[in-house]
Amino acid sequence: MAGGHPEAAARFVADEAKAHWHDQALWWVRKKRDAMASAVPDWEALREAAEGIKAHTLSRLADLLEEFERNATLAGAKVHFAKDAAEHNEIVHRILSERGVAKLVKSKSMLTEECHLNPYLEARGIEVTDTDLGERIVQLRHEPPSHIVLPAIHLKKEEIGTLFEKELGTRPGASDPKYLTEAARQHLRKRFLAAGAGLTGVNFAVAETGAVVVCTNEGNADMGTALPRVHIACMGVEKLVPTRADLAVFTRLLARSATGQPVTTYTTHFVGPRPGGELHVVVVDNGRSAQLKDKVFRRSLSCIRCGACMNTCPVFRRSGGYSYGYIVPGPIGTILAPSRDAARYASLPFASSLCGSCSDVCPVRIDLHHEILAWRGEMVKRGLLPFRKRFAMKLLSLVLRVGGLYRLTGWLVRRGLPLLPRGLVYGRFNAWGRARELPPMPGETFRALYRRYRGQP
Amino acid sequence: MASREAMLEALRRNAPREVPRPDLSGLGAHYPDRVAQFSAALAGVGGTCLVVPDLLTAHRALAEQPSYRDAKRVVSLVAGVGHANLDPSALAGPHELEGLDLAILPGELGVAENGAVYLDGARLPQRALYVIAEHLVLVVEAGAVVNDMHEAYARLAERKAGYGLFISGPSKTADIEQALVIGAQGPRSCTVLLVGPPA
Repeated sequence: MAGGHPEAAARFVADEAKAHWHDQALWWVRKKRDAMASAVPDWEALREAAEGIKAHTLSRLADLLEEFERNATLAGAKVHFAKDAAEHNEIVHRILSERGVAKLVKSKSMLTEECHLNPYLEARGIEVTDTDLGERIVQLRHEPPSHIVLPAIHLKKEEIGTLFEKELGTRPGASDPKYLTEAARQHLRKRFLAAGAGLTGVNFAVAETGAVVVCTNEGNADMGTALPRVHIACMGVEKLVPTRADLAVFTRLLARSATGQPVTTYTTHFVGPRPGGELHVVVVDNGRSAQLKDKVFRRSLSCIRCGACMNTCPVFRRSGGYSYGYIVPGPIGTILAPSRDAARYASLPFASSLCGSCSDVCPVRIDLHHEILAWRGEMVKRGLLPFRKRFAMKLLSLVLRVGGLYRLTGWLVRRGLPLLPRGLVYGRFNAWGRARELPPMPGETFRALYRRYRGQP
Repeated sequence: MASREAMLEALRRNAPREVPRPDLSGLGAHYPDRVAQFSAALAGVGGTCLVVPDLLTAHRALAEQPSYRDAKRVVSLVAGVGHANLDPSALAGPHELEGLDLAILPGELGVAENGAVYLDGARLPQRALYVIAEHLVLVVEAGAVVNDMHEAYARLAERKAGYGLFISGPSKTADIEQALVIGAQGPRSCTVLLVGPPA
């Protein structure tokens, strides 16, 4: 992409105070997660179980999908299949237009962000209201979410106050979260009451019962499905789980990992439509079956979208969600985005310290940092490294392979570097030195030290 | 349904070799006093738990709650608890519930580890009841408090699958600067009455 992660991150850190605040806000969520996780004695066993259920599910997705379709249909739901984003959007639009629905309320769905459903529907005259508070905030700002669980984590309350003053008529200068939330509640309640259909994402779809399970804290998915007659639930095919017993594992992990709560406030199981209503479940592939084929990256399909890897990531916390340029940012986005378009997202695998903290907190034990490293290798193989990095790697590889050249280079740098003017050393060729000082050059080499103390090597 | 066939075919073709299901039998939390743990967990998520010996005491305990005293429009689906003045099954639709001050609803079971209560949708004449009310009271048998979600789903597996949900405390959000605000889209308070002897 024109301007990868480093350029976007540079824009984010330009506001140092806000970048620091962002870092601290997410670290606070991470600490809440830690407190919750450590209070569960069988936490690690639970993670292993979740990993196992997902591995089992991915190995039987087609069977489970058929079982889900059968049971959901028996319960009265209509199951639709979309091979890609375009077909998903067409299906949703057709359901709405056939029923003359002009107003749609939505609860959080990363899938519909992935498919760019909102602009598609809006272009066809349908009023779309995102009803999760954070999502409503970013929708009113015409921005995508910057975090999958905390969509407006990049905004200060004063910015939200200014936005609400303009959009919802709140008091000028007001920034109290309680007051602003109340204003949004009143505004959204009207939208819920006026809507002709409600659309939700899906956290889990149970093959055994045909249920789709939706988890929220605000209750917006419940409000958006209890008032309008038509409910459309959109899910990626990887949201399937085999049985109800599996839900116990995931509901114990999800909210604790996401926000440090013991469970989400609402965990709603939709089995068929309500009396007189309609339930449409749209199951989407959009690249998922292809990802399943990839031995290295298939585990990323286990993701339950808790966001824990983002909250813990030292790079995400300091560079913000938008620096990734993809709808799912952070460590998991770093794996998912290049699978869609390796050239466009070539810089993402390098936006990582490979510290492994993401893998440690992941509730389904995705080997995130290993997959990020694997993507680096892929980028090299596909020739997607920038010239400067490619050149530097080639040069370094040569120097490290040829002993004499290594010693000569070492001598030249130790002696030469201190003599060069600062402007030259920290010039535009030294990307590493842009935000760091080089260490002082040592007087003698390790080799010389070794000789002195241990004799000949 | 070309997409259906294509998806199923691709998922079969690209699937890894079958991985067996893990054994979940060893998982779970165990609390010596489930009612005390439930009460603490509910308080932690902004709810209130009252333990009462019988429905009559539940009814009296409710009268002490400000959310109950000030309520004008009240639905109660628990016989003997609360002075209901609205019959939800007599309404033309869920939209008429807008402005509901208090809903008193039966819960099937409570979960000690997280303060959640399971509501069976088959007992709700309108789904909107639990989320559109300004305040929510859930009435659960104290003997129906289980340790954890494993036990809860095992109990639910004994019934026919249907619409239903776990509610853990009042509606909430922290989307503005991570400041917790109770009463996002749904009820501003959630009181759970645990009735009768614990199991």
